[in-house]
Formats: sequence, C-alpha cells, structure tokens
Amino acid sequence: MEMMIMSRSSDEIVYGLKRDYLEKISSGGNRIDGRKFDEYREIKITTNFVTRAEGSADVRLGNTRVLVGVKIEQGEPFPDTPNSGILTTNAELIPMASPTFESGPPNEDSIELARVVDRAIRESKMIDLDKLVITPGEKVWVVFIDIHVLDYDGNLIDASTIGAVSALLEAKVPASKVGQEDFQLPINHIPVMVTMAKIGSNIMVDPSLEEEEVATARISVATDENGDLVAMQKGLSGSFTVEEIFKAVDTSIEIGKDFRKRVFGR
Amino acid sequence: MDTTTKKIVLPGEEIDLQGMKQGNGIYHENGKYYAYQLGMLQFYNNYVNLIPLSGKYYPVKNDKVIGKVIDIAPSFWILDIKGPYPGFLHINDTPWKSGSGELNKIMNTGDTVFAKVNEITESKQIWLSLKDNGLRKLEGGHIVSVQPTKVSRIIGKGGSMVNMIKEITGVKIQLGQNGIVWIDGEPDKVLLVIKILKFIEDQAHTSGLTERVKEILEKAR
Repeated sequence: MEMMIMSRSSDEIVYGLKRDYLEKISSGGNRIDGRKFDEYREIKITTNFVTRAEGSADVRLGNTRVLVGVKIEQGEPFPDTPNSGILTTNAELIPMASPTFESGPPNEDSIELARVVDRAIRESKMIDLDKLVITPGEKVWVVFIDIHVLDYDGNLIDASTIGAVSALLEAKVPASKVGQEDFQLPINHIPVMVTMAKIGSNIMVDPSLEEEEVATARISVATDENGDLVAMQKGLSGSFTVEEIFKAVDTSIEIGKDFRKRVFGR
Repeated sequence: MDTTTKKIVLPGEEIDLQGMKQGNGIYHENGKYYAYQLGMLQFYNNYVNLIPLSGKYYPVKNDKVIGKVIDIAPSFWILDIKGPYPGFLHINDTPWKSGSGELNKIMNTGDTVFAKVNEITESKQIWLSLKDNGLRKLEGGHIVSVQPTKVSRIIGKGGSMVNMIKEITGVKIQLGQNGIVWIDGEPDKVLLVIKILKFIEDQAHTSGLTERVKEILEKAR
C-alpha cells in the first residue's frame, strides 16, 4: 500500500475538498462548469483531417481532443470468417495529452478505450464487413481505426467513438489498388456512445476531467438508430442500482437520437 | 529604448540595461545581458526585471502558497506546491501537536493547506510553515489553478482586483503565489469567479484590465 502511494504522481492525487465541493453542488443539481446533468460539452468535428488516411476526424469535446484515423489495407481473413473483412481498433494515450499519461506499451486505460470503442462499432454492425471481401478465403479489406488522444479533459470514450464513427462515415475503400473502383465504406448502422459518471448519488453525462477524478462509478452505453442497446461498459469501483442502469440506458437512447441528427447529420 | 513601454523578449535575446541594475530573469555572460525565458521587460526602481509570460512556480521565502498533501513521513507532510521540488511541512511548524505520532489523523493525502515558505535550504529543500496570520488547513470550497506568473495580476495593485471580485460576488478567495486558488461560495458565483480568473489570465498583458473585469462582474450581477 505504502509503495503504491509513493509511485502515484502528485497529479493523480485528488484535492479532497474538490471532491467534497463537486458532491455538494451536484446534490443541488449543479455541475462545476454550469452544465445540466444531461448536457454535453460543445462538439466540433473536422473530417478529412489527415488527407493520406482513408478516413479521419479531429474531434473536440470541450477541451478534450482526439484524432482518429482510418486506414484500409489488404489482408488475409481469419480462418473462421473467410468471407468477412476485418476490423481492428487501437488507442494511444500520448504523454503530450496529460501529465498522467506515460509513454511505453499500452496500459489498462488505453486498452479499455480501444476495446470499448471497438465494441460499439463491431456489435452495432456499423460496417458491413461481408462487403469487404476481395477474394473469398484469401484476401479481404482490413479496417484499422487508430485513436490518438491529443488533449485529455475527460470522457475519452465518447470523444473517441464520435471520432471513429465520423471517420468511418467518410472513409473510402481504396479498391483501385486491386483494379476495381474506389467505393465508400459500406455502412449499416450508426452507434452513439454516451458515458455517464456518478458523483455522490447523481449521474451526469460527458464527465469533464475534474468530474472523472472525483467520480465513484462510470457507465458507457451505446445504442443504434433503432434504440437497440449494442454495447455497455462499467468502470471504476463504485456501483449503480438497477434503476440507475435503466435510467442510463434511456438517457443514452435519447442523446443518441439527438446526436445522429445534429452531429452526424443522419 | 523607451523605458515606459513594455517589450517582449525571447529566450537568449540580448538586453540593454541602459545603466540600470540586473534584476530577475536576466543572465550575464561575456559582459552582456540576456533573457532567460520568454517574457516582458520591466524597468522599475533602477532595476530591469524580466516578467515571464508563463512558467512553473519558483518558490521564494515568505511566499504564501496552497499545497496538497501527497505523502506523509514520520514527522512531516510532503506537499505538492506546483514547484520544481515538493514542499515539506514539519509538525513543529504547525499549530498541532503530534500526540500519538500519527500525522495522518491530523491531515491525510489529498488535504489542502494555505502555508508560508519558511526556508529554502542550500540543497533546495522547501520547508513550509503554518505559523502566521491566516495560514491554515483549507476546508470546503473549490480549487482551481492559474499560471503562477499571473497571480500578481489577479491580486492587482494593493489587492484592488481580488478585493473587487470578492466584494461584488461575495465569494471567499484565497490566492497562493504558486497559482493555486481556493474559492468558496454559491455554485453560480464560483463559476463566475473561475471565468473571471481565466479572463485575467488571458488578458494579463493588456492594460485597463480592472475596469473590464468590473464591467463583466456588473453585467453578471
């Protein structure tokens, strides 16, 4: 235990009175930046940010900034899915983004981030992988999603999912490399991920860094345009009641509807 | 060069002292003077000082700072004061007595104090003290951080800026020279003060700031 405290950087130790203050104001219905519990920070998306990638998006969610790139290359299919393309997701938390990020091999946080974003896209069947076959059983298109966190101010999961979905919607399969015509990546569904944090006994969407620091529990819920649940992830050591989970799902469906229209224009 | 206007200099840029004395942020080499960092030149009291535009906090004796307990040793606390080295607060420099010898019963990691820089040793150990007026463990309220170099602008001439903010908003404010600010009050007023602090930070190099801050505060009232 003593060792653990020694190795923690001072930036990771939260001001105790900050925790008390955020809990106190949340019981009065307030958030530290004046938002409502179901209100997101401002979202700004620039697609085609990296011209050499097949698709890309620069997403700013408040002061959080992520850059998502999509590369589409030829590869061998997995033996159990010879007639399907491949999706793979990777996330990098570079030290430039936060004093608490270290360089080196992927850690728990970056692996979780990549897996949760991947799950929302994969389980919603967003990409029609069956249309990404070049030669059945031999050659298929492999879709790489690379998430780079440039500035960390909370809620990387939602910012990265918005970035990944925006980049995929723009992405073109470079089929001219195999003598066919380039085509738009076939899209079936649009998943929207909504992350909520629990502070005291209150649950709020799109937690900022300050809110994440003092939150006891975190839940991310992804839905598709039919209002179907496609992915979920619970984080941190605190707990949710059954009612809170149902409420979180309802909130995610509501915000998902708004996002599909307002953010993705679909 | 006119000594009343403010000039921004780059790191390593040669500085003409115009017969005045070498102040802070300036170094001397081969009979010439150069700037240590990006900042603004100030000619004051026959001294030339370089006021950095940004940077880490460098502790100075008798500075009042806000620190966060990050570890506990047998007889002292180790505090993060946003400086190049941690600060130490010995139990003998506090109003408390260590009866059982367990310091974590008095203050634990994550607790916040408003303390004074008591001594900086030759080996750069920074010893803090709570033995002075107004120094204490901070309870309640919220913590925000600003650029340490902008703290003097937030205080204003003779405290004019910070006193005006306190008066109009009714929020309690404690400023640490290290750029950590403690604020306590109604949530909407605290939010307003945070916005004002960011505004002052952004506009610190411009003139007529107190008047513009007053305007914003009056409008929000």
